[in-house]
Amino acid sequence: MNSLRSITLATLTKDIRLEWRSRDALNSMLFFSLLVVVIFSFSFDPNAEESREIAGGLIWVAFLFAAVVALNQTWARELRNQVLDAYRVSPAPANALFIAKALGNFILVSVLEAVMAPLFMIFYNLRAVGPAWQLIPVAILGTWALVVNGTFFAAMSLRTRSREIMLPLLLFPISIPAVQSMVEATRIILSGDGSARFWIVLLLTYDVVFTTACLALFETILQAE
Amino acid sequence: MKRALPILAVLTALLLAYAFYEAIWVAPMERTMGDVQRIFYYHVPSAWTAFLLFSVNLVASVVYLFWRSAKADALALVSAEVGVVFCTVVLVTGPIWARPVWGIWWTWDIRLTTTLVLWLIYVSYLVLRRFSDSSQTPKLAAVLAIFGALDVPLVYFSIWFFRTQHPQPVIGGGGSIDPRMLHVLLINWLAFSCFAFLIGWWRYQLEMLQRDVDEAQAMQALLGHDGLPATSAPARSPLNQSPSRPGPA
Repeated sequence: MNSLRSITLATLTKDIRLEWRSRDALNSMLFFSLLVVVIFSFSFDPNAEESREIAGGLIWVAFLFAAVVALNQTWARELRNQVLDAYRVSPAPANALFIAKALGNFILVSVLEAVMAPLFMIFYNLRAVGPAWQLIPVAILGTWALVVNGTFFAAMSLRTRSREIMLPLLLFPISIPAVQSMVEATRIILSGDGSARFWIVLLLTYDVVFTTACLALFETILQAE
Repeated sequence: MKRALPILAVLTALLLAYAFYEAIWVAPMERTMGDVQRIFYYHVPSAWTAFLLFSVNLVASVVYLFWRSAKADALALVSAEVGVVFCTVVLVTGPIWARPVWGIWWTWDIRLTTTLVLWLIYVSYLVLRRFSDSSQTPKLAAVLAIFGALDVPLVYFSIWFFRTQHPQPVIGGGGSIDPRMLHVLLINWLAFSCFAFLIGWWRYQLEMLQRDVDEAQAMQALLGHDGLPATSAPARSPLNQSPSRPGPA
């Protein structure tokens, strides 16, 4: 347990330090989601009332696309110089690597959301009618739902041809219930009609189910050679 | 085994013809929907067959992950392929029926959406198998099959929250069905299951043959172009052994 935590921490801090020095993934994600926001607002041009109805969908689709940009780069660094092969022969637990990578992506996408959400609010003149604090658990659970499976499928698509395109093809069908829950919960909170509890519980269930599945099966994926 | 296949093919063809005759001429006409209701005899059996095949895929994937059996992997591949075909039939016949009866082609109803997502998951499964390099494909595909199976109940609950428009299942759902209609439905289901089994079996043999060919080619490349290793006798070459293997026909 101790080694799991220390290896996770070591990998996580290494990844964050590398990302902080280059800021490649973060900058490309930020710019990408900014473009999505601008293009969406040109294509729909909604008034304040309509915005509340559609903003949940727009914001999460923008984050989903941006997250794929980051997720695709998750393992690229470890492929160079055969780092993954070295990891495979080392006695370190496979799940430490997975948790570190998933947490790294979670932090990355959370930073993106923290920067982009106010921008969304400004561009679409949004003001939550329902309980706004509920957006925080929705954001946390939703982001984790995207990155836990995204990190896993990114590791899976390492072994395929044209892996950049493989990741969304694998991730999007599985993510449909999660995306629907995030979008519905956000819409309900913004427009204030009804309670978002069902969707938050569904998101939580999704997170628990797939985190367990990822942890149980990651070793198989890592050793697939 | 080799001779059983053509016999089964003939029996399946006869059964399909009989089921078609029953569905089109013998089954009573539905009072409100009329003849368009007869698509029910294709829609429902295809759906049952597709779900059955996807269950086979899940079981075969789990078996593969535990015991690494190549046969289980081939079975998983075959059941996913045939299942996608039957699921496509379901998704095509559904709107054809819905347009005259509901007045719309498609609605985001619980069963429709779950079936569509299931179809999407299995198409992504087949895409993964196509794009993956051969030696690790089975493992990755088996893992994806398990993820897909975990996803389906969540999809179901996420749509369950909305109003559902699909007719309640007439069997086991509290609805009532004319016993003659049920009879025709079951015959059609039997015929479709036999058909699925037949093409699945064919595809399975083809897949195993393909694997043998790949293996022989890999071995040939390993041993050099003449197929002979420098130190071993000609009879040891795998190419000289493989022609005795039965073909698919």
